[in-house]
Amino acid sequence: MVTTVLEEELRRIAGSVPDPELPVLTLDELGVLRGVRVTGPGRVEVELTPTYTGCPAVEAMAADITERLREQGMAEVSVRTVLSPPWSSDAISAEGRRKLAEFGIAPPRPTSAGGPVPLTLSVRCPHCGSLDTTLLSRFSSTACKALRRCEACGEPFDHFKEF
Amino acid sequence: MTTSTVPTTAALSLADDALVLSHRLGEWIGHAPVLEEEVALANIALDLLGQARFLYSMVGDEDELAYLREERAFRNVQLVEQPNGDFATTIARQLFFSCYQGLLYGELASTDGELAALAARAVKEVAYHQDHAVQWTLRLGDGTPESRIRMQRALDSLWRYSGELFAPVEGLPVEPAALRERWLETVTTVIRQATLTVPDGSDHTPWAAGAGRQGIHTEPFGRMLAEMQHLHRTHPGASW
Repeated sequence: MVTTVLEEELRRIAGSVPDPELPVLTLDELGVLRGVRVTGPGRVEVELTPTYTGCPAVEAMAADITERLREQGMAEVSVRTVLSPPWSSDAISAEGRRKLAEFGIAPPRPTSAGGPVPLTLSVRCPHCGSLDTTLLSRFSSTACKALRRCEACGEPFDHFKEF
Repeated sequence: MTTSTVPTTAALSLADDALVLSHRLGEWIGHAPVLEEEVALANIALDLLGQARFLYSMVGDEDELAYLREERAFRNVQLVEQPNGDFATTIARQLFFSCYQGLLYGELASTDGELAALAARAVKEVAYHQDHAVQWTLRLGDGTPESRIRMQRALDSLWRYSGELFAPVEGLPVEPAALRERWLETVTTVIRQATLTVPDGSDHTPWAAGAGRQGIHTEPFGRMLAEMQHLHRTHPGASW
């Protein structure tokens, strides 16, 4: 598929929209933006993939993208949700991971392609860097995070789950 | 997305399972034994609600399907509509259902079409639900004398709804009956590891003829549906 200069620019703008739940990350860094296609004068179609099927942030993302692209003179913005191929936490960029850790959220470890979630490597505490951390709950403030505690510094922290 | 490629009954069956269980789990909000569990159950409910919404949207209007159908039109298995009971009952229901759903979505993911895309997405979510149920079954079964009694009682009381999980679903490209052996193997391993006993009673209710997949539901479902639908029915067409 040929991407025009306009499409590239619109993609850059849509990709720079912050994630509504993790505003330190952009949609591009989160890896949920699948495509931006200009379908006519002032008409653009955006493809977005949800991290989790029930992720409530998708609607807010779609609204934010629509608003930003309208500011660029695109009168008709349609945001489609696509499921295939499914999003994986591996889609979070290196910069995204760095920002997550800086924000106090342990970034996801790499998943093995298609295989079971590896649980052998420990999760590093984003506050003090210790690897001596314990799982408190598999589900935390959002479905994509688990709650852990650092045994070294005593701080609880969120861990973006491997997915 | 074309609706013609999606088998309606199959999509509705899977969606109804997900929606009804999601609603049941949501009933724990404000009542769970500890805060972490409240959050966990709500997160699992949210995953299931997301699956239901995708599935409903493939075959019609999600609000109409969720809020305006009568009890007999719902295709969910009776297991998911059973009341939460105590925490052990909820965990037993989670164990039976998530093991089944994980196997089903796993098989479905390698077929063709829209259902496969949803299954491929959701199977990873269900792996976390299953892990949650397994860990709690072990902890309660191999826990205090009280938790052990309750966990065994929960498994025994829900066992009769487990057979229905493997009833055929019209239009589904996976044969649920083919999952039964693996399901039994997984569940048996967990129950034994939890130092509990695999229930030896029938895995069907005596009045199960046709059961949930044919729109036959148990008494608690009507009450659940009334609560779930009453707001939408009271204010038709209202929006935020």
